[in-house]
Amino acid sequence: MTALTPETEADLAELITQADGPLRIQGGGTRPIGAPTNGAVLSTSALTGIELYEPGALTLVVRAGTPLSAVEKALDAEGQRLAFEPMDHRRLLGTTGAPTIGGVVAANVSGPRRIQVGACRDHLLGVRFVDGQGQVLKNGGRVMKNVTGYDLVKLMAGSYGTLGVLTEVSLKVLPKSHATGVLLLEGLSDAQAVKALSAALGSPYEVTGAAHLQKGMDGAPVTMIRLEGFENSVAYRAGEMQKLLAGFGDFTVETDPERTRAGWHYIRDVVPFEGRAGDVWRLSVKPSDAPGIVAGLPGVEALYDWGGGLVWLLVADGSGLNATRIRAAVTARGGHATLIRGTSAEAFQPLAPAIAALQDGLRRKFDPRGLFNPGLMGQAA
Amino acid sequence: MEMPKPDPKIMARKAELISCLQAVLPADAIISEPSETRVYECDALTAYKCPPLLAVLPASTQEVSDVLRICHDMGVPVVPRGSGTSLAGGALPTADSVILGVARLNEVLETDYDNRFIRVQSGRTNLSVTGAVETEGFFYAPDPSSQLACAIAGNIAMNSGGAHCLKYGVTTNNLMGVTMVLMDGTVTEIGGAFLDAEGLDLLGLICGSEGQLGVVTEATLRILRQPEGARPVLIGFDDIVVAGACVADIIKAGVLPVAIEFMDRPCIRATEAFAGAGYPDCEALLIVEVEGSDAEIDEQLETIMQIARSHNPVELRESNSAEESAKIWLGRKSAFGAMGQINDYMCLDGTIPVSQLPYVLKRIGEMSKEYGLDVGNVFHAGDGNMHPLILFDANKPGDLELCEAFGADILRLCVEVGGCLTGEHGVGIEKRDLMHDQYAPGDLDIQMAVKDVFDPKWLLNPAKVFPLAASDTRRIAAE
Repeated sequence: MTALTPETEADLAELITQADGPLRIQGGGTRPIGAPTNGAVLSTSALTGIELYEPGALTLVVRAGTPLSAVEKALDAEGQRLAFEPMDHRRLLGTTGAPTIGGVVAANVSGPRRIQVGACRDHLLGVRFVDGQGQVLKNGGRVMKNVTGYDLVKLMAGSYGTLGVLTEVSLKVLPKSHATGVLLLEGLSDAQAVKALSAALGSPYEVTGAAHLQKGMDGAPVTMIRLEGFENSVAYRAGEMQKLLAGFGDFTVETDPERTRAGWHYIRDVVPFEGRAGDVWRLSVKPSDAPGIVAGLPGVEALYDWGGGLVWLLVADGSGLNATRIRAAVTARGGHATLIRGTSAEAFQPLAPAIAALQDGLRRKFDPRGLFNPGLMGQAA
Repeated sequence: MEMPKPDPKIMARKAELISCLQAVLPADAIISEPSETRVYECDALTAYKCPPLLAVLPASTQEVSDVLRICHDMGVPVVPRGSGTSLAGGALPTADSVILGVARLNEVLETDYDNRFIRVQSGRTNLSVTGAVETEGFFYAPDPSSQLACAIAGNIAMNSGGAHCLKYGVTTNNLMGVTMVLMDGTVTEIGGAFLDAEGLDLLGLICGSEGQLGVVTEATLRILRQPEGARPVLIGFDDIVVAGACVADIIKAGVLPVAIEFMDRPCIRATEAFAGAGYPDCEALLIVEVEGSDAEIDEQLETIMQIARSHNPVELRESNSAEESAKIWLGRKSAFGAMGQINDYMCLDGTIPVSQLPYVLKRIGEMSKEYGLDVGNVFHAGDGNMHPLILFDANKPGDLELCEAFGADILRLCVEVGGCLTGEHGVGIEKRDLMHDQYAPGDLDIQMAVKDVFDPKWLLNPAKVFPLAASDTRRIAAE
């Protein structure tokens, strides 16, 4: 079926007003997470363009369907960036197409720097969207501090198109850092690595990336800690960090811009699991719980980000592990597990009954006819 | 300020309500004598007062749940209260309402330095959260001016900020999880010691909902390691426009100061007379603070001073010691007190795009002349959060009303230039009736629809945030 691609917000609103069946909301279509939903594809890809960009105020207002690459290009020209470092899912999921800024917001996509600067939702200042009755609504604005009324901005981030179709988003942007230094050490066990990362994150040296791969590029376990800022400052903090972590081994420091960038893209995009058979799970847990959870799931391969708070698991086919067991291991300690690649289970973690009731209630208010992505995010059929 | 008429049917059932509450609370947790309920008649917006029907001080999540269930079943409105420091009237009661104070919920439940969080009961004060972790070198970042007194529950309700949020964010960026009791008594857990809770972002929705969606009893908060050091530089300008350009250039240069504070001439003069911090007598003054090791601070301050020099400052003073830092901050920190020394004042809280700063300050100056009321401006320039302080005389008939009208005009101006009514204080009753200036009817309706989901009977803090006329049908239908 051809996608519906309205070219204006007004056309989009009219289309939703007239809709008589379910719609599958899509940005660039590069992150098909969760069960395929029914209905015609409604794409925001024709709602493009930067509305306003004030580098001195660190604010960007952009239409939802604008390709992420266009946003990044505009920011780069002013030496700025989306600090939350959104992951590109294409390699992991084998998708093609152009990720959109609206898609990034709808899935609250963040990367390694989330540990320091917050998630996409923390950088989202305002939204415009069309609700299930075809009304154009707005919340928030384009200023950094805003507590005027309820924060529906946060609610829309990560709502996967289930509450409304985003047409415009306002974002806080930040300057790029002048220099990057990455501390590297091979051979740590998962438990030792997470301890080292905790020590680094508990230091005053402003870590902007803290990851551990069971199998790094050359097959050996590698622990990575990123520092960013002005050159002298990065050098100073790298030195202090080496001293702080001396008990774990001799961390080396990589400062080559190309190599450090490639290294963190490797983590951000979960490249180690690209093209390999098996389900891919994404776990959000308390960092110190992570190694124990992984150890209790034999046969998985793990990539730890966010100091251990984010765990990517590759679960080989035939491993005997299923969603029930993985989710039980996580929820026993607190946290949640999402099936990012694979169809063996519901992608989103089932919610506690009281929370599910609130979520269903919100969906009915925003989308009374149940048009948007029915079935996604664990909604009762 | 109009409030809904108290329901005589509820007031007539006071004795019955007390006896139901006595079954679930210790005797000293129920405050019903008029001489004692008066303590709860207002918050820090003291212009409006009304003693509640009762006040209760539950000491556990279970007690909160019991109280809410009883009030829910009897149809009694509940006004949650942290420490009562709201400048927006967020905790103003009505005569038929029960104040639910969280003051007895003040324990630290868990500190975890490896995973960098603290779990506290919500009545704990903001500063005492940092107090619980500072011996290990950690702190809780949001730092509202009232941090000595204000409770985490209120911080969450209003999504409080502070001077350091340019770098560390506001409450919502530092909140990882809550235990929250819904109006019908249901206890919910959202988030925890992990990031980005599952499902829709209810945590983000609750934060800043002004106590209208539920009562938060426990919170998991992110704690951070204290920086090695911090030092400010003071920069004076003879032109507000130039000061604004300097702020933009600092931000663009890639330095991320922890704070950029701004004061205008009326405020500088008032604080000089009051605190004698040695500020230059100029049009605009910036205090820019950076963090790090000594060498890192030196390098950042040098970058900032180079930018400042290119804008021809009339004063440029770098701090080289803790004493010098304290002196630079002295005036800023005593600004409110200094203005209060001159007269009564009303503190506003609008936010504007930083680029609109010169225009907005010029307009405020013009309006000040039209209204015949003096204004001092002190604010967080890095994020455009303004705090105009309008001076008035509370004993002079009509002056408060005049001041409120002036304040409303300033806030409308903030909206007009692309900003908002409130950056960190909240709407409460104070800005309730200005919400139409910022939001179209549909934008307000969808927010009220959220309250319908969490609190279908509209019993939690019902007369706040939304213009009464807009929420009327919902409040009445729910009765």
